[in-house]
Amino acid sequence: MIELKNISKSFGKTQALRNVSLSLSAGKCIGLIGPNACGKTTMIKSILSMVVPDHGTIYFNGKNIHKEVQYKNDIGYMPQIGRYPENMSIKQVINMIRDIRCFDGVEDTALYDAFGLEHFDGKKMRTLSGGTTQKVSATIAFLFNPSVLILDEPTAGLDPLASEILRDKIIKEREKGKLILITSHLLSELDDMLTDIIFMQESEVIFNKTITALFEETNESRVSKAISKLLKNIK
Amino acid sequence: MRGITKFVITDILKNRIILIYTIILCVFSWSIFSLEDNTSKGIMSLLNVILLTVPLVSIIFGNIYMYNSAEFIELLVSQPVKRSAIWSSLFLGLSLALNTSFFIGIGLPVLLFVPSMTGVTVIFSGMLITTIFVSIAMLCAILMRDKARGIGLSIMIWLFLSLIYDGLVLFFMFQYADYPIEKPMAILAAFNPIDLARIQVLLQVDVAVLMGFTGAIFKKMFGTSVGLIVSLMIMLLWIVLPYLLSLRLFNKKDL
Repeated sequence: MIELKNISKSFGKTQALRNVSLSLSAGKCIGLIGPNACGKTTMIKSILSMVVPDHGTIYFNGKNIHKEVQYKNDIGYMPQIGRYPENMSIKQVINMIRDIRCFDGVEDTALYDAFGLEHFDGKKMRTLSGGTTQKVSATIAFLFNPSVLILDEPTAGLDPLASEILRDKIIKEREKGKLILITSHLLSELDDMLTDIIFMQESEVIFNKTITALFEETNESRVSKAISKLLKNIK
Repeated sequence: MRGITKFVITDILKNRIILIYTIILCVFSWSIFSLEDNTSKGIMSLLNVILLTVPLVSIIFGNIYMYNSAEFIELLVSQPVKRSAIWSSLFLGLSLALNTSFFIGIGLPVLLFVPSMTGVTVIFSGMLITTIFVSIAMLCAILMRDKARGIGLSIMIWLFLSLIYDGLVLFFMFQYADYPIEKPMAILAAFNPIDLARIQVLLQVDVAVLMGFTGAIFKKMFGTSVGLIVSLMIMLLWIVLPYLLSLRLFNKKDL
């Protein structure tokens, strides 16, 4: 579904991605993990063409995304830190994106309702707490029933109740055969969500395995333990 | 794209500054025309006020607005919207809002008191100047990531085009006063949009006669229909070039 071929990107002297090639197919729930500053967000942003790679091409459903925008209709994106126009209300932001998307299917308002956003949808984005902003980001990502979901640190900043709601939603969407790409540092959270794991370090992909293969290789049954064991072996 | 432009315009209108700008322009034009009986003189005083304030407000307001729209731009880029559509909507929104302000504040009183070709020239040049400085403001915003530096650059450009440039031309004129420099001087003036606007209005008011030989040269160069078209082209280039350059940079920008 999404294919990255030899993607490289540097910001000045820092190399953020070094020759990354990946193939992400539908029906998978992929955990993108790795230490800080290993290029996870840059990779996600390249898929959304928010960052323009220096080299390499990205294909979405077989089509080169360079200078294309229509493919983004199929992507729901939840940024790590949602930044929204300060003096727009939640309602206005959602309406604006509705306007842009010209979406004609049935909107998925499950998260909007579950988070209880209708109680403060008149509030300005500037007055919202970090957690509420995250809830808005999550709602927008799922609203248009996209076939690909890209979630950058989705549960960071959410309270336990809201994280649980979001987790359940992610699992539900995975069962519908969507491609879900998640970055997270909380490995324990990922346990029953993921089907695949991509591990990145120093701007490169170190491994890309299915969860079952990972568990077999390491004789572990938890993501966090399996990863640390595998990393020790690599070193 | 129309949807985004609408959002930009409503956002700017909600910002009270644009209203205050309109009122201040209104106060300028009404007070000048009611104090001055001679409309030609009135137009000249008004022109000086316009050529100082309009570029300043357009470039500073436009520039700060671009920095404040960083989140808005980031949000839109992650959605299925072409970058060029985002950029042109911002440009259209800003220039429409500022031009409307100018038209209400200066345009209507001028049409009321000086319903002639001179009045139309003043309004037209004022609107061109507004659009030019919005275009330059957007270029400054994309050139400098840092807000303080961007605003600083905007102020520098305004200072240069409205004060320093004329100073340099005058210096040049005095240094080479013994030579026939009217023509190169006129050409030099043509590169500055503010000077170009001033010359066009001066020619309409016919005070060019008072400026002796220089006036005659100006009349010969800018007063003809060819001159008019050329100055219009230069003004349009001042809009198009900074805009295209900023769009190019924006298309490559990482958010």
